[in-house]
Amino acid sequence: MELSEHIKTANVEDVTLKRPFHPALRGTLCVTSHHLLFSDRKDEASWQLLILLKNIDAVEKRAVGSSGTITIKCKDLLVLQLEIPGMEECLNIASSIEALSSLESVTEMYPFFYRPSHLTLHGPWGLSSTEQYYKQTERLWDRWRVSTVNSDYSVCPSYTSAVIVPREVDDDKLIRSARFRQGGRFPVLSYCHHRNGMVIMRSSQPLTGANKKRCKEDELLLQAVIDGSELGYVIDLRSAQQAQQARMTGGGFESKSCYSHWKRIHRHHERGKVVQESLIKLVEACNDPSHSVDRWLSKLENSKWLSHVHSALSTAGLVVECVERDGHSVLVHGSEGTDNTLLVSTLAQLILDPASRTVTGFLCLLEREWIQAGHPFQQRCAHSAYSHARLKLECPSFLLLLDCVWQVWRQFPLALEFSEALLLRLAQEAYASNYGTFLCNSEQEKCAAGVKENTHCLFQSLSKPDIEEQYLNPLYEPNDLAIWPSVHPQSLQLWTGLFLRWTEYAQNMVEAREEVWSIVKEHREKAGPDRSNNTPSTHCDTLTPFENLMDELTIL
Amino acid sequence: MEHIRTPKCVSKYVVEQVKLLDRFSNKSVTGTLHLTATHLIFVESNSTSAQEIWILHHHIASVEKLSLTTSGCPLLIQCRNFRVVHFVIPRERDCHDIYSSLLRLLRPVSYDELYAFSYNPKQNDQQREEGWQLIDLAAEFERMGVPCDQWQLTDVNREYKVCETYPRDLYVPITASKPIIVGSSKFRSKGRFPVLTYFYQEKKAAVCRCSQPLSGFSARCLEDEHMLQAISKSNHNSRYIYVMDTRPKLNALANRAAGKGYENEDNYSNIRFQFVGIENIHVMRGSLQKLLEVMGTRSLSMTDYLVGLENSGWLRHIKAIMDAAIFLARAVTVEGASVLVHCSDGWDRTAQVCALGSLLMDPYYRTIKGFMVLIEKDWISFGHKFADRCDQLDPDPKEVSPIFTQFLECVWQLTEQFPQAFEFSEWFLIQIHEHVHSCQFGNFLGNSQRQREDLQLKERTYSLWAHLLSEKQNYLNPVYSPSFAESHPVLEPSTQAYHFKFWRNMYHQYDRSMHPRQSILKHVLTLKESNRELEGTVQALKTKLQKFGVSTSPLKPQTPPRERSLPPRPQSLILGAPLLSRKEVQQEEDEEVIGEEAREDAPASTGGERTVEGNSATENGYGELKESFGSKNEPSVVTLEFGVARMTC
Repeated sequence: MELSEHIKTANVEDVTLKRPFHPALRGTLCVTSHHLLFSDRKDEASWQLLILLKNIDAVEKRAVGSSGTITIKCKDLLVLQLEIPGMEECLNIASSIEALSSLESVTEMYPFFYRPSHLTLHGPWGLSSTEQYYKQTERLWDRWRVSTVNSDYSVCPSYTSAVIVPREVDDDKLIRSARFRQGGRFPVLSYCHHRNGMVIMRSSQPLTGANKKRCKEDELLLQAVIDGSELGYVIDLRSAQQAQQARMTGGGFESKSCYSHWKRIHRHHERGKVVQESLIKLVEACNDPSHSVDRWLSKLENSKWLSHVHSALSTAGLVVECVERDGHSVLVHGSEGTDNTLLVSTLAQLILDPASRTVTGFLCLLEREWIQAGHPFQQRCAHSAYSHARLKLECPSFLLLLDCVWQVWRQFPLALEFSEALLLRLAQEAYASNYGTFLCNSEQEKCAAGVKENTHCLFQSLSKPDIEEQYLNPLYEPNDLAIWPSVHPQSLQLWTGLFLRWTEYAQNMVEAREEVWSIVKEHREKAGPDRSNNTPSTHCDTLTPFENLMDELTIL
Repeated sequence: MEHIRTPKCVSKYVVEQVKLLDRFSNKSVTGTLHLTATHLIFVESNSTSAQEIWILHHHIASVEKLSLTTSGCPLLIQCRNFRVVHFVIPRERDCHDIYSSLLRLLRPVSYDELYAFSYNPKQNDQQREEGWQLIDLAAEFERMGVPCDQWQLTDVNREYKVCETYPRDLYVPITASKPIIVGSSKFRSKGRFPVLTYFYQEKKAAVCRCSQPLSGFSARCLEDEHMLQAISKSNHNSRYIYVMDTRPKLNALANRAAGKGYENEDNYSNIRFQFVGIENIHVMRGSLQKLLEVMGTRSLSMTDYLVGLENSGWLRHIKAIMDAAIFLARAVTVEGASVLVHCSDGWDRTAQVCALGSLLMDPYYRTIKGFMVLIEKDWISFGHKFADRCDQLDPDPKEVSPIFTQFLECVWQLTEQFPQAFEFSEWFLIQIHEHVHSCQFGNFLGNSQRQREDLQLKERTYSLWAHLLSEKQNYLNPVYSPSFAESHPVLEPSTQAYHFKFWRNMYHQYDRSMHPRQSILKHVLTLKESNRELEGTVQALKTKLQKFGVSTSPLKPQTPPRERSLPPRPQSLILGAPLLSRKEVQQEEDEEVIGEEAREDAPASTGGERTVEGNSATENGYGELKESFGSKNEPSVVTLEFGVARMTC
C-alpha cells in the first residue's frame, strides 16, 4: 500500500515523551499509516498514547548532539515533545509525520479504515435527512415543500439534494434564483419558529453586480417567504460599505427598490483569513507562559477572537429579536453563505428552539446547518492554530460556533442537555476524526468519495441512547422559552475549557464537575425519577427509599 | 414604611413619579423615592413586579446632579458596593432637596451617627454577646500551636502603650525581652514592631509582620536587629529569615529620605531581603476608579473592554499581591523559613500578603469560620484602617483605598482556580464586602482595636459574623470537598496571567442584565439542600416506623407490603407526590419571604427583567423568560442588600 511508502522508520526505541504537566516518559514510538503510537512499556499495563496523524498540525525538529527532538503540535492544541535517539530516525519520523498528516485524498483518510467492532456500516447514515426533517415538522406542511431540484447537485453544488422552499415557488424559479446567487446558494429554509411560524432563511449574496441586475424569480421567492405579512429582514453579515464594494466584483445586496418588503440590516463580521489569524494569535497568547497580566490582556485583545464571539452572538440575538419579539421572517447571508451565515443561523436556532438544546437536537442542528448546508469542512479545517503552511481557505468558523454555544451554556447552565465535553469533542473531531462526518466540503463530494458507504457517522455514535455520561449536562432542565444570552463584553469569557485545555487548571475543573455529578445523582436517587427530568423514566418497581417508607406508613 | 424611625433632623421625604434609568440600556421604570434617616428607597409603581431598591446612606460614595433634561432633573448616585443608580426626578426642587439632604446624610461627623449604633436585629443582650464571642483569637493562636517553646504571649502592649494600632495580645519569640521589644518598636514606623501572625507548625516557621524600620540612610537599632535575630533563632529549620518589603524598591528608597526605609542586609545577620512591588494605596484607588469608569461605559465594545481592563492595571495589582502571597507561602512551607513581612506602616499591603499567604498555607482559613478568623486576625486586630480606607467617617479622600476589596478579590481568583478548596462561595465574599461598607455591624468600624474598645462596640453594636453564620446556607460552596483540603493542604496557584479574570459578580453585582441567567451555584446548592432534607425526611419516617414497631431494614422495593388492603393503591409515585409537593409548597413559602425582599436581585421572579442587553436591545421587549428557571428554589444569596432591608423593618 502506498501510504506505507512514506514510512522509512516505523519503530524507534528509547524515545522520551514530554507532555505538559506530566513527567517525562520513556518508551517506544511507532508510526503507522494513520497514527502515531507511543507506548512506555511492553508489558500489559503499559500506558499508550495514540494520536491520529491528521490531528498533527505542525512538526518542528531540532538536533541536540546525536539525537533529535521533535515537537508535535496538534490541532486539538496539545503540544508534545519527543526526544529521539539517532538523527536519522528523528528526521525519518518527522518527514513521515509531515507527509502522512497532510494527505489530500479523502479516501486515504482514516475514517475509511476505522472499523470498530461495535459499529456496522449498514443502515442509514446520519441522524436525519431534509425529507425526514420536513416530515417531522408539521408546521411546515402548509406553506413549505421539499424540492429535489438539486438532486444531481447541478443547481447548487454545495447544497444537499433536497431543500425546503416556499410551496408556491416552483423548481424553475429556484433554478433562476440560484443563478442569481453566488455559488447557486438560493434562499432556503433554515428554521421555522414554533411559536409564530416566522422563518429564518439563508442564502449567499445576490449577484447584482455594478449595474444593479435584478432577478424576478429571486424577488418572487423572497416575496413568497413573507407571504403577505408586511416585512421581512435581510441580515447582511457585511458592513454596508463592504456590501457596496461587493458589487464591483459581481456580488451585491438586496436593494430596497427591488425587494420592497425586505428591510436590510448590515452587521460587520470578519471572515476567512482574519478569523484564522485570530485563532493563531489567541493560541499563541495562551501558550506563552512568560507574560504579565498587561501583556496577556493586550494579546487577548489583539487576537480579536472574543470580538468575533461578541459579534456572532450579537447578530444571532438580533435575528432572534426579529423572529421572536417582532414576529418577522429573516434572511441571513454574507458573501458565500457558507460560514458566518451558518454560524448566525445556528446560534439563532439554539436560542429560539428548545428542541435544538437536547443532545440529539443539537447534533441534528449541526447536521442540518453545517454538514447538509455545505460548510466546507475539509478546506476550513485543513490546518489549525499551529501550522506554518501558508493559509489558503482555512477558517475556524465551526470552532467559533462551538465557542459561542459554550458562552450560551455558561449563561444558561441548565438549559442545554449536553455538556462542555461534547463541545470539546466536536472541536477535536472537526479537525481530525475516526468518523466520516466532517470529511469533504459538501454532500456532493461525500457521495463521490463514498463516505456514507465506507465510514461511520459521528453524530449517530454520539447521540442517544448510548451516549456517554460525560456528554450530558447533569443540571439539564428542559425549558420552552428563548434563551437570550447577554452580550456585554463583561458577560463573555475566554473558553478556558478549550484554549487552556492542556493546563493543570483543567484538572481541578474536572474534579469539580464530577462533584456536581455526584450531587445530582444523589438527588436523583433520593428524590426519585419524577423530579429529575433527564433520567430515562423508570418504572414503579424501582422505588426510592423515600417512597418505600411512605408505603409502609400508609399501610399503618 | 412607618416602622422606619424618623430622626430629628431629616423627616421622611417622598417624591412620586421618579424614573429609574437602567445604566446599560434605554429601559426605565417609574416609582416613588423615599428618603429616610438610614436609607434611600425606590419603590416601583408597577404593581405586578414592584421592585424595591434600598440604598443605605453609608453605601453612597457620591451623589451628582446632572444637567436638567426635558423629563426632569437627573440624579446620579454611585455606591461603594458598585451599585450605580440614575434617577430622573420630575421637579428640580425635589431633586435639589434630595440632593442636599443626601449630601448631609452622607457625611456623618461622629461614630454615633453610624447605622450600627441604631441597627437592631431584635436580639437580646445575651445573643449579642454570643455573637461577639464567636471569634476568639487566643484560641486561634492556640490552634496554630502558640504559645510554644519558642513563642510566647507578651503583655507589653496590654495598655496599648507600645503600639496604639496593635491589639493587646501579641506573640513574640521567647528570647525577645521587653527592652528589645520596646527598643525595636521605637525603630519602627508607628511603633509597629515585628510580631507573630501565623505559625506554620509543621516546620516551626513563623510569619511575622511589622512596619518599615526608621533606618533613613544609615541609622540602625541594635534592639531591632536583636528582634529579627530572635525570630530567626526560634526556627531551627532554617539559618535565615526572609524579610519581605512588599513595596516597589523605588518607594522604599524614597522613604529613606524621610528617615524611614528598609533593612540593611549588612546590619541584620542572616536575613534575605526581598522587594515585592505592590503599589501604594493611591495607585490602587486610581486603578479601581479607572476600572469602574471603563466598565460603566454603555455599549462597550470587546476591544474597549479588554484595553480598558489592561489600562486600569487592576488585574496587574491583583497578581502582584498574589505573587507576594505565593512567595511567602513557598518560603514557609517549602524552605521552612520564617518570614517577616512589612510595607510602610504595615497595615495595608502587609495585611493583604499575610492574610492571603496564610490562606494558601492553612485549609482552615478556607472554611467559613476560618475565613472570619483570618479577617479578624490580620485585618481587624492588626489595625487595618477600615474607617479611613472605607470612608466611614469624615472622609479624607486620600486615605480611601480598595485594599480590603483587593484581598477579597484575590481570594475569589483562588476560588476560581480551586473550585473545591473553599467552603464558601463568592457570595460570602461579596456579602462581607457589602458590610465592610454598610457600617451596619460593629466589626469593621474604626481604625484599630483600641478605638473599637473606646467606642464600646461590643456593647453597642452587633457582630457581622453571627449574622453571616445564621445565613450560612446561602454562602456554602456546593462542591467544597474537605478531602481536597487533605490532599492539598497548601494551595499552589498558578500565576499565569490568564488565570486573572475580571470579577463581574462583584463589580457588576447590581447590573442584572450582565449575569448568567441561570446559576449553577444556586442550582447545585438547592439540590444539595434538598438531598439533606430528603435524607432528614427518610430518617424521620424511619423513626416513626420504628415507633410503630416496623423494622425498616429489609425494605426491598419489589416486596409489596403484605397487609395491603384492596384496592391496590395507585402508583407509588402519586402516593409519594402529595408529600413531596407539600414539601415544595412549604419550601416555596419559606422562600417567599426571602423572595419578597430579594425581588430586586432574583431575576427569575420578575419575568420582565430577564432580558438581553444586546447591541440591539432597546426596549424591554425581551420579557420572554417568565418564571422559567426554578426560581422558587434558589437560595437567598440575593439578599445581599436586602439583608439590610429585612433587618430594618
